[in-house]
Amino acid sequence: MHWLVEPGFWSNPVVGTALVLGAVVAVVSGAVGVVVVVRGQSFAGHALTDVAMAGGAGASLVGAAPLVGFLLAGVLGGGSMEAAGTERVRDRDVATGVVLGAAAGLTALLLYFVSSSSSATGSTQSVLFGSVFTVSPSVVPLGVAVAAGTLAALFVVRRPLLLSSLNPELAAARGVRPRAIGLAFVVVLAASVALSALVIGAILSTALLVGPASAALRVARGLGGATLGAIAAGVAAVELGILASYDSFYWSSAHRSVPVSACVVGVILVEVALSALWSRARARRG
Amino acid sequence: MVARASASGLAVFAPFMANAWLAGTLVAIVSGAVGLFVVVRQRAFAAHAIPNGAFAGAAGATLIGASPLLGLVVFAVASALGVAALGRRRDDVVTALALVTMLALGAALLAASGAYEPAIDALLFGELLGVSRAEVVALALLVVGTTVVLTVVFRPLLYSSLSEEIAAARGVAVRVLDATFLVLLAVSAALAVPVVGALLTFALTVGPPAAARMLVRRPGRALALAAVLSLACVWAGIASAYWSGWPIGFFVGVYAAVEYVAARAASSWRDTRARP
Amino acid sequence: MGCEPLPEDRREVVHVHRVEVALGGRTVLHDVDFRVGEGEFVGLIGTNGSGKTTLLRAILGLQATTAGEVIVAGRPGRRGGPVGYVPQRVAFDHDVPVRVADFVALGVDGTRLGLARRGRGVRERVEAVLASLELSALAGRRIGALSGGEQQRVLMAHALASRPRLLLLDEPLANLDLPRVHETIAVLDRVRRAEGVAVVLSAHEIGPLVPVMDRVIYIAQGGVACGTTEEVVRAEVLSALYGHHVDVLTVHGRVVVVEGEAGDPGAHPEVVVR
Ligand SMILES: Nc1ncnc2c1ncn2[C@@H]1O[C@H](COP(=O)(O)OP(=O)(O)O)[C@@H](O)[C@H]1O
Ligand SMILES: [Mg+2]
Repeated sequence: MHWLVEPGFWSNPVVGTALVLGAVVAVVSGAVGVVVVVRGQSFAGHALTDVAMAGGAGASLVGAAPLVGFLLAGVLGGGSMEAAGTERVRDRDVATGVVLGAAAGLTALLLYFVSSSSSATGSTQSVLFGSVFTVSPSVVPLGVAVAAGTLAALFVVRRPLLLSSLNPELAAARGVRPRAIGLAFVVVLAASVALSALVIGAILSTALLVGPASAALRVARGLGGATLGAIAAGVAAVELGILASYDSFYWSSAHRSVPVSACVVGVILVEVALSALWSRARARRG
Repeated sequence: MVARASASGLAVFAPFMANAWLAGTLVAIVSGAVGLFVVVRQRAFAAHAIPNGAFAGAAGATLIGASPLLGLVVFAVASALGVAALGRRRDDVVTALALVTMLALGAALLAASGAYEPAIDALLFGELLGVSRAEVVALALLVVGTTVVLTVVFRPLLYSSLSEEIAAARGVAVRVLDATFLVLLAVSAALAVPVVGALLTFALTVGPPAAARMLVRRPGRALALAAVLSLACVWAGIASAYWSGWPIGFFVGVYAAVEYVAARAASSWRDTRARP
Repeated sequence: MGCEPLPEDRREVVHVHRVEVALGGRTVLHDVDFRVGEGEFVGLIGTNGSGKTTLLRAILGLQATTAGEVIVAGRPGRRGGPVGYVPQRVAFDHDVPVRVADFVALGVDGTRLGLARRGRGVRERVEAVLASLELSALAGRRIGALSGGEQQRVLMAHALASRPRLLLLDEPLANLDLPRVHETIAVLDRVRRAEGVAVVLSAHEIGPLVPVMDRVIYIAQGGVACGTTEEVVRAEVLSALYGHHVDVLTVHGRVVVVEGEAGDPGAHPEVVVR
């Protein structure tokens, strides 16, 4: 074991926080991600991380808790995407893009204020690439609470949500209101994305949302199995990625560690590749 | 950023602003024209992913001491071809994975090269004031090249955007055309990113063209209007940034969204009037 | 099951020669063989999932065949041949900046590179096709803003614009009400006579086509049967195709196909009106 896990990994409190929060985020992202992939909303899922960044920058400007800013911006941005997109379903892509462009502009402005009001640098970097190693342990209870709330909300709306994603006409016949359901889901998505963008950064947030879910959907037959698979794949990617990032500090001669985000994305890509090979092999067997 | 250098008392049309105006104008024209097809082909995610992902290339180029622009172009084209090859059914999962791969690579390269904040800021938000004469010339060549390619493929590209199935049946090489379009998008984004930033490039690629296509009915006019609306965004953005001292990315992002919302309102109003 | 050769006086437009198509490891079409002659109106009849779309796509060169070949106008069938195509469904974006006339013109020159102005010939052809399909009033409207039925008609005009020898329509009647069905069939019949174009139209209901159809190609269980309506829509032919007992009745001029349970002929028959 010693060659695999470098010294201090288990006893290091920073690593402990990272492992716990990373797993929590992976669980939420996996469950939400399956619905995102089935509904074809990867773009919205990604755009919401950038929207959340605007909230994070705003929060740090007024001195509020970052998570509050992330959540508020995510819900506002997601709501406006959904409001613009549902009326003309095929306009969803464009509506998402316009909201994303505006949010990016807002982020630029707020980051400009942040950087001119304090001499602190590194704000862009930490928001974009956020490092799970820099998260303070005090975030853990709040993070877990938001995660639990998100999962509970997803659980409540899951039936009408899946029905309206897979068969909108049948859903409408059963009295499901697609607009209300879409809005409910985008709020769930925004919360999930806000949480993960805060904890692990914007890049990883998209990777964790889309990667494990698409891999699991290829392998599993049912949606329940896919959800469990996505959660397992996500948690494995985060934990392995954290381990690899931690270890890389000791491996490289310069003692410069590979960022967590790069390590986790690496694991996720391996998972996606394996699932593609698996489904190809299954297709060949017939 | 415009904001950081703007001191009061200098005219917005001062000589040192000339390159900024020229570069902004050229980028606006290309983004608007290419953007019309981004919107019609529903490729907004790719339009966002390619310039953002390309910044990994800039980081990598810095690491090995090559020109960042070369790195941007190479990575942008590579991710465009990747999306074209893997995304057979416009799979946005493929685009998302391509994007995070590029960004993660960029993060790793940045960590390895030790380049920090200012470089990232410049790539994301642009440095319109730092544009050199040489960059303006490169952008002018880009405008010429893009115009030529778009003119040549205009009809088949439009045809395949309306129905890939029908266009393919008629003998249009839809896969080649899709790859051509994505490479065009990649090259124009890669050249625009160092000047105006990845975020601004994207905002111009979606908002003004989405507005233009709602305001006119003909493809050729929509193309022209998209370029004009995009130009309006940039010019107003430069002026606003100059007078307020705030970053230009903010104004361009907001003006693009305003154009879209206004065009939608106009088209809804027209629809309700047409159908009393 | 094959089909008769064409009569001597008919020139052949398409020959589907012993075509086999496999999709996802399953043989969807098996040894399909038929010809269509110049100016013929042929109904391609089959239930949902019987392979109508697959067969049309194979003729267009959009679907690779695993065996056999398609000959269109004397040459191996490939994309870009003299064939017009109206797919089952095309979802136009509501806001796409393309008018009906622009789209129909793309049927003529959409494959051409370059941006040369459209000549008078193209514009006149577009006007003529729109007029013959009674669409002139819609020429300036956005295609995305039309109703489903109007879009279908525009797709037909678009497919005819390039003066094809063969027009393939995939279930164009599926979402129309009965008066519209008869109107569409009448327009198609008139146009094919005026333009001398062969029409292959897929449908799951044979009834409305009977007055204009020259021949039926019945597709089921991966195979086809051909003939005039009277020849094909007969109990023993259809029974052989379905693999179980089928009755054919004529009620008030409408052809009614009555399917029995497999292996239990006559017991609790399901009535299927085609
Ligand atoms: N891409 C595909 N992979 C596997 N099977 C397919 C595919 N496309 C169609 N099929 C199957 O091929 C059969 C014929 O389909 P199709 O030609 O669309 O039928 P039709 O148009 O008559 O309704 C169906 O059973 C369908 O399930
Ligand atoms: Mg079909």
